[in-house]
Amino acid sequence: MSAVKTSPARDDAPFAFSEESLAEARRILAKYPENRARSAILPLLDLAQRQHGWVSQSVVEAVAEITGAAPIRVWEVATFYTMYNKAPIGRHHVEICTNLPCWLRGSDEILRAARDVFGVGFGQTSEDGAATVSSAECLGACVNAPMVQIGDDYYEDLDYDSAHALFTAIKEGQPVKAGSQIGRQCSAPEGGPTTLTTDPGTAEGGRWIAPDSPAAGGSAPGTA
Amino acid sequence: MPKLTIDGIEVEAEPGMTILQAADQVGIEIPRFCYHERLSIAGNCRMCLVEVKPGPPKPAASCALPVAEGMQVWTQSDLAVKARKGVMEFLLINHPLDCPICDQGGECDLQDQAMAFGGDRSRFHEHKRAVTEKHLGPLVKTAMTRCIHCTRCVRFITEIAGIQELGMIGRGEDAEITSYVEMALTSELSGNIVDLCPVGALTSAPYAFHARPWELRKVESIDVFDAVGSAIRVDVRGNAVMRVLPRLNEDINEEWLADKSRHAIDGLRYQRLDRPYVREDGKLRPASWEEALRTVAGRLLATDADKVAALAGDMADAEAMMLLKDLMGVIGSPHMDCRQDGAALDPTDRASYLFNPTIPGIEDADALLIVGSDPRWEAPILNARIRKRYLMGNFPIATIGPRTDLTYPVEDLGNNPEVLDDLARGRHPFWRILDDAERPLILVGMGALSRPDGREVMASARRLAERVGAMREDWNGLGVLHTAAGRVGGLEVGFVPGHGGRDTAGILEGAERGDLQVVYLMGADEIDTARLGEAFVIYQGHHGDAGANRADVILPGAAYTEKHATYVNTEGRMQRTWLAVHPPGEAREDWKIVRALSSAMGKPLSQNTLDDVRARLADVSPTFADANEGAVIPAAPTRGGSGGGAGRLDRTPFTSPVGNYYRTDPISRASRTMAECTDVYINRTGSGDSKRTGTDG
Repeated sequence: MSAVKTSPARDDAPFAFSEESLAEARRILAKYPENRARSAILPLLDLAQRQHGWVSQSVVEAVAEITGAAPIRVWEVATFYTMYNKAPIGRHHVEICTNLPCWLRGSDEILRAARDVFGVGFGQTSEDGAATVSSAECLGACVNAPMVQIGDDYYEDLDYDSAHALFTAIKEGQPVKAGSQIGRQCSAPEGGPTTLTTDPGTAEGGRWIAPDSPAAGGSAPGTA
Repeated sequence: MPKLTIDGIEVEAEPGMTILQAADQVGIEIPRFCYHERLSIAGNCRMCLVEVKPGPPKPAASCALPVAEGMQVWTQSDLAVKARKGVMEFLLINHPLDCPICDQGGECDLQDQAMAFGGDRSRFHEHKRAVTEKHLGPLVKTAMTRCIHCTRCVRFITEIAGIQELGMIGRGEDAEITSYVEMALTSELSGNIVDLCPVGALTSAPYAFHARPWELRKVESIDVFDAVGSAIRVDVRGNAVMRVLPRLNEDINEEWLADKSRHAIDGLRYQRLDRPYVREDGKLRPASWEEALRTVAGRLLATDADKVAALAGDMADAEAMMLLKDLMGVIGSPHMDCRQDGAALDPTDRASYLFNPTIPGIEDADALLIVGSDPRWEAPILNARIRKRYLMGNFPIATIGPRTDLTYPVEDLGNNPEVLDDLARGRHPFWRILDDAERPLILVGMGALSRPDGREVMASARRLAERVGAMREDWNGLGVLHTAAGRVGGLEVGFVPGHGGRDTAGILEGAERGDLQVVYLMGADEIDTARLGEAFVIYQGHHGDAGANRADVILPGAAYTEKHATYVNTEGRMQRTWLAVHPPGEAREDWKIVRALSSAMGKPLSQNTLDDVRARLADVSPTFADANEGAVIPAAPTRGGSGGGAGRLDRTPFTSPVGNYYRTDPISRASRTMAECTDVYINRTGSGDSKRTGTDG
C-alpha cells in the first residue's frame, strides 16, 4: 500500500470553519506578516482537523482560501505530517511510534496489543469505531520508549500488558493516566535518581565550595 | 570577487555564486539532477557533492553552497567520488531497470550519470517501491516509479509557468509528484517539464514509443505558431517530423517552448495538400502541376489587372510573399494585403508595427500596460518573459483587455478602450505610474488593432507612449505583439495595398460585390471565405483548410518544416527555417510555385534560385540581409508620426484574436493532439486519458 494519498478525499459534509474556529484562525493569522499567511498553514490545518476530525478536500481548500495559498501547497504540508489524518478516524487516534528507539524497546509488542484490543493494525479503524491505529514517526519521547500518542497525550514506558490495559480502558471509555505508565517522573531514571542522590546543599552533597570560603573552614576574603 | 580553487584551478567568482556555478565557469563539470540554472535552488538530489575546505569534514552540496574567499574545492577527491557513488546507489535503489522500454533511454541524465559515476551493481535486496501514474494532461506522460524527486518540474510549473498546480506530497520514501487532485496542468508551457525531467518519469505523451533519439536527424529551425519565432530543433526520421524541441536562444525563448509549437506537429501529417487540384463542375479533382499552373495563368492573363487581388496568410514566408508581390506588380494589380485580420498596422513606419522594446528588453522595463492582448495565449514565451520580469520585483502591470489571469498579478483597468484615452490624457491613476517609470512598456495586441477603430487605438497608445516618455532614442517602449509569424515579414516585404489598392476589407468587399474576379490566397485561411463571392480563388498552401475548401485551383505548398524560408518575428528579428523534411507528394516550396506561375504566364520573374530571391528581399529591406539573421535592427521611433487617429474610440470591449490557443492555424487545426487539448482545456469534456492502454495500470 502506498502510504501517501495522492489526492485529498472528498467528504459528504463539506468543511467550513465554525464561528469559534474562525476567530481562532484570525488570531493565528495575526501572528504572521500579511504576505506570509502561508506560515499559518500548519496551525490552521490542526485547527480544522480538531473541528472536522480529519483533513478532507474541503478542509484543504478552506485552509488554502484563508491563507491565500494554492491547494496543492496545503496538501503538500498535510501529507508531510503523519499528525494530519487524511481519512476519517475513530473516536480515538492511537499513534504508535515505530521509529528505531521505540522499535528496539518493543514497539512491535505495542502494535500486537493494539491488534488484540481493537482487532486492527496500522491505517485501520476498529469495527466499533473506537480507535484508529496508525504508525507515527518519532514523536520525540525516545527516553520513554516505547510510546504511543492518543489524542493530545503521550503514554510512555509501555509493554504489552500496560498497552493492553491502556487500550482496553480507552475502548471502554474509562479514565486513563497520561505519561509514564511505570510511574516515573517525566524522563527521570527508572527506579529513582542515580546521581545527585545526596542533599546538594552540603559539601557531601556534591556542591563545589571555594577553598577560601568560610564553609570550607578558611577565612573569607578581605577579613584576614 | 572571491577567489577559490577548484581541483587546483584558481577561479574568480562573482559574490553569491555557488561552487557549482563557479566550476561550470571554468569547465569543470559537477554532476547534478535537481540543479537547473533557470530554476530556484533545491539542493535535494545530493549528486553534486564535493569536498570543501574549510568546513565540516563531510562532503557539501556544491549547488547550494556559495563561494567564499580562499575556499578549496575538490570534485574528484576520494571523499567526493565516494559520496557521489553512494548518492547514485541510493537514487537507483527505487529506480526501475526499465531503460529498454523507457522513452528517455538514450537521452537520460540518470542513465548517463550512472554510467559515469555509478557502481555496477546494487546491494539493495528489498522490494523496490512502485508509484501509481499521475494524470498531468494530454501532453505529459508519467511513469512515476522512475521519479528521483529532483522537483525540477514542480519548480518550473510554479516559478516559470506561474501556476500553482504541481507539488511534491508525502515525505521520505513516500514522496510523490502530483498535481492537485490530479487535474491536467493548465499551462501552455507544460511540455517543458518533459525536457527538464532528468529521468523518464515525465515523457512526451504524443511522442510516446515513436522513436529513439539515436534514430533521429536533428535540424535547427524556427517556430511559426506564434510571432515570437522561438528557436526549435526539428527531429526527423525518414521524411517524418517526429518531434520538435526548443533550442537555446537567450534573446527569445531562452530554453522553453510553448505547447502548441511543440505538439501541433502531428498536424503536419493530416489534411495535407499533396497535389494540385482544379475545380471542375463544382468539384475539386486532382490535376498535374502543368494543368493547374496553365489554368491559373490563363485566368490571370484573361482578367483585367484591377480585378485581381492577393491575400497572404499568417504563416506565409517572406520569400513567397516577395515573389507574389513582384508577380502582382507584373500583372499590374495593387490589391494585396498580408493583414488578413485587418489589423491597423502602418507599413510605412517600421517602428509602429514592431515590438520595439524587444523580448529581452522586457527585463529592463519597469512598468507595463497591456492593451487588448492576452499574451498568455498569443505568445506564451513572451508571457513567461513578462512573468520573469515580474518575479524580479517592482514591476507594476495593468491591462486594458479581455482576461486577467496571465500568471502574474495585474491591475485590471477595465476592458474599455476609453480607459486608454483617459490614460493618454493623463486622467487616470495608472498614468502616474507609467509617467514615473524610467522605461515604461506599452504592449498593444492584435485584439486592439484588428478592429474598425484600430488606427485610433494605436494613435491613443502612441500618444500615451509619447507623454510618459516611452519613445526616446534609448528606449522605445511601445511594442506591438503580433500573433502571426508571417505578418512582420509581409509588412517588411511591403505585401500591402499599393497606390489605390484594396486592403483585406476592400478585397473581401470587392470579391463579394463582384468587382474582383480573381483572388490569390497565399495560405490565407482566417478570412470569411463565404465573402469571396463569385471570384475565381487560387489557394496556395499546405493544408486543406478554409481557403482550400473554397478554392478553384489548389497549388500545394510547403509547411515551415519543409522549406528554407525567412520569417521576421514580432521584434523585427529576421530568422530562417531550415528544410527538415521534403514536402509531401507533389507539393513544392512556395517561392518556386510563384516563380513557376510567372513562367506559365510568359512573364518570368528574374529570380531562379533561393539566393536570388533572398538578394531581392535584401534589396527591399535591410532586415533581410544575410548578415542580419537573428538580429534586431531597431526602428527609429517617429514622433507624432502616422497613425491617423482623428476618429473616436469605439467603446466595444477588446477581445483576443486567439479564442482557442490550441487551434489557431491550419496546422494546429489538423492536429489530433491539439484537438485533445481543446477537449481537455477548452471544452472541459475530455480527460486526456485516451493514450492509456490496458497495461498502463
